[in-house]
Amino acid sequence: MAFTPGRLRDSLGIGAPDDFYEALIKAHEGLSEAESRLLNARLVLLLANHIGDDAVLKEAIQAAREGVAGERD
Amino acid sequence: MGSYDYRQYDYVTPAEQRRGKPERHPVIVVGAGPVGLTAAIDLAAHGVATVVLDDENRVSEGSRAICWAKRTLEIWDRLGCGRQMVEKGVTWKTGKVFYRDKLLYEFDLLPEPNHKHPAFINLQQYYAEEYLIDRAAELDEVELRWRNRVVGVEPGADAVRVSIETPDGRYQTECQYLVACDGARSSVRKLMGLGFEGRVFEDRFLIADVRMTADFPTERWFWYHPPFHSGPSALLHRQADDVFRIDFQLGPDVDAEEEAKPENVVPRLRKMLGQDKDFEVEWISVYRFQARRLEQFRHGRVMFAGDSAHQLSPFGARGGNSGVQDAENLVWKLALVLDGRAPEALLDTYDEERVYAAEENLRVTSRTTDFMSAKSETAQAFRDAALGLAETHPFARSLVNAGRLSVPTVLADSSLNTPDTDVFTGAMLPGAACGDAPVRVMAGHDDDGRDGGWLLDHLGGGFKLLYFFDGSDALLASSRATMERLAAGDIPIDTIAVIRADHDPRDATLIGLRVLLDVEAVAAQRYDARAGTVYLVRPDSHVAARWRWFDEEKVQKALARATRTDAAPHGTDRRPLAEVK
Repeated sequence: MAFTPGRLRDSLGIGAPDDFYEALIKAHEGLSEAESRLLNARLVLLLANHIGDDAVLKEAIQAAREGVAGERD
Repeated sequence: MGSYDYRQYDYVTPAEQRRGKPERHPVIVVGAGPVGLTAAIDLAAHGVATVVLDDENRVSEGSRAICWAKRTLEIWDRLGCGRQMVEKGVTWKTGKVFYRDKLLYEFDLLPEPNHKHPAFINLQQYYAEEYLIDRAAELDEVELRWRNRVVGVEPGADAVRVSIETPDGRYQTECQYLVACDGARSSVRKLMGLGFEGRVFEDRFLIADVRMTADFPTERWFWYHPPFHSGPSALLHRQADDVFRIDFQLGPDVDAEEEAKPENVVPRLRKMLGQDKDFEVEWISVYRFQARRLEQFRHGRVMFAGDSAHQLSPFGARGGNSGVQDAENLVWKLALVLDGRAPEALLDTYDEERVYAAEENLRVTSRTTDFMSAKSETAQAFRDAALGLAETHPFARSLVNAGRLSVPTVLADSSLNTPDTDVFTGAMLPGAACGDAPVRVMAGHDDDGRDGGWLLDHLGGGFKLLYFFDGSDALLASSRATMERLAAGDIPIDTIAVIRADHDPRDATLIGLRVLLDVEAVAAQRYDARAGTVYLVRPDSHVAARWRWFDEEKVQKALARATRTDAAPHGTDRRPLAEVK
């Protein structure tokens, strides 16, 4: 399938955002910085596989990278 | 000279102290703050006499609780002082969230029209207290005793003995029930040796009341990483009299006393407001967030309401507003129990329902605090990620937590609810606080032609039955006798017919029913109502039960459930008030 820009969902998809956010932060409790990074990496891979749409993943990677310091012009 | 001349009230030696003979009052309320005064005024509305004790003789200092929510205004409206609050207060419903110097997003707390009250007003707590005190002073049932400090509380089997200290010394009194609304540092709680467990957050916050003329719109403005302040966040609110409330998050490692000095506060404000702006600092306070509560809000004949029962972090305006709802939840139950019309077990449901609400408010406000003062590097990274994405990716705005503003808790699991057996959609489920709608009142047989009436003006105080009605003879004939029996019961239920504006209301008015015309069809929509739909509404305007068809037996059963009169007989503690005094 061809890459179609704008396929990455921008509107809210998470059912209960505050519940999700709390669970996400809680999952990191008691971990070292290195462990936290590993958890986040595992989470990204799990979610990426669940999404499974190459175009969406590519777009998400781009969007994530755009806002990180050093990449701003 | 500040913008407000603090009201003081004269101390008068209580007649009871002069006589030296303890009386037994039905209810003593400790604390003349917004919660205690609401309780006393509402008790008076139910015909219950109350003595209110306060250790000071003036309204509270500084703006303190400023954001009063729609639900609170509805309650105060019923008690006769809501209009004054709204007129003096600053009405708002929209907010902006900024990240550094950029606007991230705006929100609207009441996007639909057709509500009598705004989402919020900002009004300094001293004004709210002053208006409530004025209202209480009009009522024979409320006796305010200033500079009466509670120094002893002895809960007994049939009364609570209270020792009080005044400028004239000590005296004793008694009450059947004591309602402790004496704030986060509750002396009643301490005197009873009750634990107050929870979390204390490390971050310090500085709040200042600043008087100035400024053209900030009447919105809630919240900054993450504000350009004018080195801390993680700041908040701006407009209040009455051109007074602005400004909150600065200072972080965990600061000297609170040092920060609160005007020479340290003023430069901060200059940076925010501009070097040439004229302003006057009226009040400064430095505090830490607390998230604590009593395990139980009912301890026999002593009930705790407001901050004495639960202390919340202030972002979200859930402290004062949930306290006022505590008071309203308790009062109708106390009134029924004092009157011998419901068993004492009904008071346990105050604990059940308001602990549930406090849990929700603690959860919600603690999440905000955790977001605002993210501790670990990971938590900070997620916060910065959400903030960074929010401008261009709207979904992330829902993850940004700058306070989730007070809405009434839906008491969905309450044992007083009758679970639905019919199919309904929408928000008015059993346990929910009733929604508003514009209505026109039929006076006698005639439409009074007056617009601007509201459904919520007709709810509250006692049990009400909202009967959505199409004016048909068939419905009327089968329910008239029923409605009369419900109105004549031990705990009366008043039926109110809600009729679509395009239906004929004459038959309903002929039998003496109060008729509200659903002029915009908003009531039917908000209550998911069809002809024949019936809602049983509690005295605190929460839904007790609802059906698609008016069935007397079901209504009676739901009433019994909502008042705990379905349990064992309770004739033994039936004791009229007159005998008690």
